[in-house]
Amino acid sequence: MSTPERIGTIREAINEALHEEMTRDERVIIMGEDIGVAGGVFKVTAGLLDQFGPERVIDTPISEAGIVGLAVGAAMTGLRPIVEIMFNDFTTLASDQIVNQAAKLRYMTAGQTQIPLVIRTAMGAGRRAAAQHSQSLQAWYSHIPGLKVIMPSNPADAKGLLKSAIRDDNPVIFMEDKMTYNLKGPIPEGDYIVPLGEARTHRQGDAATIICTSSMLYPAQEAANTLANVGIEVEIIDPRCLSPLDDATLIRSAIKTGHVLIVDEGYQSYGVTAEIAARIQAKAFDYLDAPIYRLGAADVPVPFAPSLEDLTIPSAEKIVELVKELVA
Amino acid sequence: MDETKSTTAVVETRSDWPPELLLAMYERMVVIRRFEDTVYDVYSRGIMPGLAHLYTGMEAVAVGICMALNESDNITSTHRGHGHLLAKGGDPKRMFSELLGKSSGYNRGKGGSMHIVDMSLGILGANGIVGGGLGIATGAGLSAKVRHENRISVAFFGDGALNEGLFYEVANMASLWKLPVVYVMENNTYGEYTPADKSTAGSGPARAEAMGIPSRSADGNDVLAVYQAALWAVERARTGLGPSFIECETYRWRGHHMGDQGDTYGYRNAEEIDTWMRDCPIERFKAVLIAAEVAGEPDLAAIDRRVQQEIDEAVEFAKNAPYPESAEVYQHVYA
Repeated sequence: MSTPERIGTIREAINEALHEEMTRDERVIIMGEDIGVAGGVFKVTAGLLDQFGPERVIDTPISEAGIVGLAVGAAMTGLRPIVEIMFNDFTTLASDQIVNQAAKLRYMTAGQTQIPLVIRTAMGAGRRAAAQHSQSLQAWYSHIPGLKVIMPSNPADAKGLLKSAIRDDNPVIFMEDKMTYNLKGPIPEGDYIVPLGEARTHRQGDAATIICTSSMLYPAQEAANTLANVGIEVEIIDPRCLSPLDDATLIRSAIKTGHVLIVDEGYQSYGVTAEIAARIQAKAFDYLDAPIYRLGAADVPVPFAPSLEDLTIPSAEKIVELVKELVA
Repeated sequence: MDETKSTTAVVETRSDWPPELLLAMYERMVVIRRFEDTVYDVYSRGIMPGLAHLYTGMEAVAVGICMALNESDNITSTHRGHGHLLAKGGDPKRMFSELLGKSSGYNRGKGGSMHIVDMSLGILGANGIVGGGLGIATGAGLSAKVRHENRISVAFFGDGALNEGLFYEVANMASLWKLPVVYVMENNTYGEYTPADKSTAGSGPARAEAMGIPSRSADGNDVLAVYQAALWAVERARTGLGPSFIECETYRWRGHHMGDQGDTYGYRNAEEIDTWMRDCPIERFKAVLIAAEVAGEPDLAAIDRRVQQEIDEAVEFAKNAPYPESAEVYQHVYA
């Protein structure tokens, strides 16, 4: 591809997408706690207030339900709001607005209205932030018809997916792993769009498929290098969107390798890994040489002590161990 | 009655309230009453599925507020929403169709009684979640402000919703940012089966005032008193002064829902219901119109007959309309 690009962080990629979309469409506004003057707790929204002014870059009170509630009403009446909910753990405070209002209004009204709303929120463990600031609740929102759920793993995808999300006429939950904000990679310049619902294959291999969401790409890549040293070539696929999910790409790879491990940072029970496994086995059962393996976060509230927290997050070592077992 | 005298005086002194306006108010109140009577009938006969929360007895609130609005203004409603929608101009044919789950319904049968929307009339929806419309109405106010539109929003909600946290979150922002929103609290005496005075410490108006939102209380069975309060709040919203709060005291004759008639649940008695029914908002307004010589008995009876015919036709239309095609079950999930 000849798209010019620069090297930058995921934080910069998201910030760039926000600037570009707010410049492109004056109906786009952004609201949230400390996103204006302070530029956001993770500094993702820096510079927006100066460029677009307080009418479109709105510092709100600490009122998650109210913020999303206002955004739903604004989305019904001609704006295209982006809401920042500081930590995805706090989306629980707005869950009625997300689940009962935003997700359902288009269907309940037979298409009389639509909710072009993006909720950006930080997820993931590893920050030593304990059980109420470290969860990965993507399975909750992927469970709800009417919502789209996006989990970018790298700067280019973060930019391209966020721009698609802002242009989408549906409510979108955009989950940003807080541990990856400083992660660097190429950021395509200009109007770079990644369509929603297309998985990305990061590595080709024949021995096994690792399907990994968001930051789980990195332990998966580390594991893939280790495994390659012992002659096991794995394929790595990042779904990028959980809803809509690119089943076809995942199933095709499962048929090709016959061995599948799914890694996601949400709790393992009733999680994203379970749904993906079910979809694959329904279409690829005859091609599988082993049961589909799953690796999620440990089914415990995320503990504070670093020594304990590390035990709950999927690791490269664990992925290596599981893949070896899978292909044995 | 004293109230009749006072409102008669109001009618006589307000030359800017032309007879056509007053008669339109009367007609809309009768439309709501006849609509709900018919819902009661079709529900009781098992023709209507689901739930029905009737607005009977509260007509003066919806009509008094909505007559002060423009067609382009927005409202959000509640689970007890038929009255608000009809007062804002909702089409009884499409409403009955929706109630019966027919494809000619506002929502093609996908929403039912608690979810009717008509974007062209600024009806941003009834809502099945208590207080659920408060965020939407306030957000519509934010939209109007950001887009520099002369469009206000009204959030109807009950005394029950006053104790939902969402109200404080959104009303606080409306007050901070001077959004063009009117909060109309229908104090219909009970939240489901529990009296308001056992649910609410202090009062709605005092809570609004604490957030810097001026309030007024109006007799919710007096359509002109409600209308006057609405004019005050609407003017404030249109001139950039921000949100207002109106409390209207009234009573739902037919309980929380269709299964709550009379004293079924034991929380109210026949005497109380009878007292409120004798304070019928339509009969009161009728007396005012006659006393002020705006109309005579025969004129009002003619309106009653015309409305009855309209409602009869609407429910027949709905009964004869087709159900949605099976394929529609998967439509409209995503844009």
